[in-house]
Amino acid sequence: MAHAHDSSSERPAILDKVRPAELPRSPLILNNRGFHWITDKVCGIVEEETPLWWKIMFGVALFVASFTFIGLGYLVSTGTGTWGLRSPVGWGWAIVNFVFWVGIGHAGTLISAILCLLRQKWRTSINRAAEAMTIFAVCCAGLFPLFHVGRVWFGWWLLPLPNQNGIWPQFRSPLEWDVFAVSTYFTVSTLFWYMGMIPDLGAIRDRATTWWRKAFYSLLAMGWRGGNRQWSNFEMAYLLLAGLSTPLVLSVHTIVSFDFAVSNVPGWHTTIFPPYFVAGAIFSGFAMVLTLMLPLRAIYRLHDVINQYHIDNMCKIILATGTMVGYAYATEFFIAAYSGNVFEKFAFVNRAFGQYWWAYWIMVSCNVITPQLFWFKKVRENHSLVWIICLFVNVGMWFERFVITCTSLANDYLPSSWGYYSPTIVDIFTFFGTFGFFSVLFLLFIRFLPLLPMAELKMVAPQADPHAH
Amino acid sequence: MNERNERIHGVACTFRKVSDVFHAAEKVRDAGWKNWDVHTPFPIHGMDQAMGLPRSPVPRLTLLGGVTGFITGCLLTWYMNSYDYPLIVGGKPYWSVIFPFPVLYECTILFAAFGTFFGQFIFNRLPRHNHPLFDLPNFARVSDDTFMIVLEARDPQFHLDESRNFLQSLGGQEITVIRD
Repeated sequence: MAHAHDSSSERPAILDKVRPAELPRSPLILNNRGFHWITDKVCGIVEEETPLWWKIMFGVALFVASFTFIGLGYLVSTGTGTWGLRSPVGWGWAIVNFVFWVGIGHAGTLISAILCLLRQKWRTSINRAAEAMTIFAVCCAGLFPLFHVGRVWFGWWLLPLPNQNGIWPQFRSPLEWDVFAVSTYFTVSTLFWYMGMIPDLGAIRDRATTWWRKAFYSLLAMGWRGGNRQWSNFEMAYLLLAGLSTPLVLSVHTIVSFDFAVSNVPGWHTTIFPPYFVAGAIFSGFAMVLTLMLPLRAIYRLHDVINQYHIDNMCKIILATGTMVGYAYATEFFIAAYSGNVFEKFAFVNRAFGQYWWAYWIMVSCNVITPQLFWFKKVRENHSLVWIICLFVNVGMWFERFVITCTSLANDYLPSSWGYYSPTIVDIFTFFGTFGFFSVLFLLFIRFLPLLPMAELKMVAPQADPHAH
Repeated sequence: MNERNERIHGVACTFRKVSDVFHAAEKVRDAGWKNWDVHTPFPIHGMDQAMGLPRSPVPRLTLLGGVTGFITGCLLTWYMNSYDYPLIVGGKPYWSVIFPFPVLYECTILFAAFGTFFGQFIFNRLPRHNHPLFDLPNFARVSDDTFMIVLEARDPQFHLDESRNFLQSLGGQEITVIRD
C-alpha cells in the first residue's frame, strides 16, 4: 500500500500524457465494406446466371467422377481381386485413399470448431467452404472401406443391426471403432454445417425473386427470422457443436490411426500414431482449403473478405503442422533405433532405403521440405506459388499414407513372405475418379448454397460493434 | 384490449445502425416489456444483456443427449458382445467400459450433437413458415442490413397508439403495424 502511495506521488507528469500504443489489428474485411455489400457479394454468387466456367468445370468433374463409378462397377461385378491387393499386402490403395480423404476433411472441422473456440475471427471467411470440403471429403473417404469389404451389399453388417447370421459387430476391433467414428463425424459435421447455414439461407430466401427459389430456400431456412431470442439459442447451440466437434475430430483421426497402431506390424505398432496422424490431417486439410479457396477468391473477386492476412495464417498453420509431421518422422526413426527391436529398426531403414525408397523421399520432400518455404513472406504473398506448394503437400500426404501402409506390410517379419505391392488400373481409376466426385459436390455447393457465412462476416465487421461511433 | 387489437400481432420499427438498435433495446428492457424481440442480420455482441434475456436453455438438451448417448453405447456393446452373443477375445472380460470406449465416446458425442441441434429448433420454435412477420414488406431487409424491434400485442403493456409512440421515442423508423 505504502509503495503504491509513493509511486503515485512521485509519478512523472509525462505519464498522464502518454497513452498505450494502439496495436493495429489486421482488418478482416478490407475497404470498409458494409453489411449490404457482404449480402450482395455472397448472395450474388448464388443468384447470378450460371457462369460458363462452372458449366465446363461441372462437365469435367462429372467425367472424372465416372472413373470412380466405372472402377467400382468393375470391382463389384468381378471381385476384389481386381485391386492390387494380395498377400502380403492386404491393405493397399483402398486404405491409403481412405486415410487421405478423411485427413483432408479434418481441416474443415479445425477451422469451424477449434478456431471458433479459440476466438480466431479470421476463420469466418473460410469456414463454410472448409466445412463443405470436410463433408465431401468424408463422402469420398467412405467409398473405399465400404467397397473394400468385398461384398458391398453386406456392408450394413458393420452396423449394430440384427442380421441373418444372428451375430453382432465385435466392438474390440479398431475397424469397428472406425465405423462409429467416421459415421459420427460425418453426421455431426453435416449438422454443424447446416445449422450454421440457416441464417444465410434465410437471407437468400428474403432476396428470392422466383417462386421455386423462394420455395427451395424457405424450406432450407426453416422459417428463420433472426430474432435475438433465436440468435441466443442459435449461438449457444453453435458454440456447443463447436465444443463437441473438437474432441470428435481429434478422436476420429486417433481412431483411424488405431487401425494401424493396435496391430502388431513393425512400423505401425507405435504410440506416436494418434498425434502424428492428427497433425498430418490438419496439415493436408489446410493445403486442400488453400487449393480450393485461392481459385475461388480469384474467380469471385473475394479479395476484400479473404485477404493476405487469411492466407498468411493458413500458410503459417501449414508450416507449423508440416514441421510437426517432420518431427514425427524423425521421432519414429529415433524410437526404432532406441527400441532395440530388430524388426522395428528394419522397418524404418527399409522405408527410407528399401524397395519403396522413392515413395519415402517424395513424402519427405513434399511434407517436410516444401512447407519450409512458408517462412518467407515473399512466398506467402505469391499466391500461385502458395497454390503449387499446397499441391505438393497434398501429394506428399498421400504418399505418407502409402509409405505407412505398404512398406510395413510388404516387408514385415519373414523374408520368405515378403512381396511388392503395385496398384492395378482399377485402383487408379477409382482413386482418380474421387477427385471428380469431390469436385461435383463442391461445385454444386458453390452454385446453390452460401459460399461464405454472411452473418458471421457481418459480425466481425467493425460497424457491428454496438459501442462503436 | 379491444377487439381490433386481437388481430394485431404487434408493432415494428426499423433502425439502420447497430448502436441505435442496441440502446433502443436497453430502453425497451428497462420499460419492462416481456414479449418483444430484436431482429438482426447477425447476432449483436451483448444484445442478450441489452434485452435482459436469460441464458439459453439449449445446453440442458446437450447434456441429456450426451448422457443418453453414453448409456446407449454401454447398453449396445454390453448386449451385443456380452449378453446376447458372448464373445471371448483373448481371455478378457465379456464386457468392460475400457474396450468399447471409442464406441461409447462417439455415441456420447453423436447424441449430444443431436440434442444440441434439435434443441436449437425446439427452443426457437422452428420450423415455422407462416409467421406474421413474413408479411411485412420491409422484413426482407432484416436479413441484409436493417435492424428491427417488434413489440408484440400479447404483452400486457401493449397498446397500439402508446406502443407506436414509444417506438418513435426510441428513434425507430418505418413504424408499422403487423397484422396476424
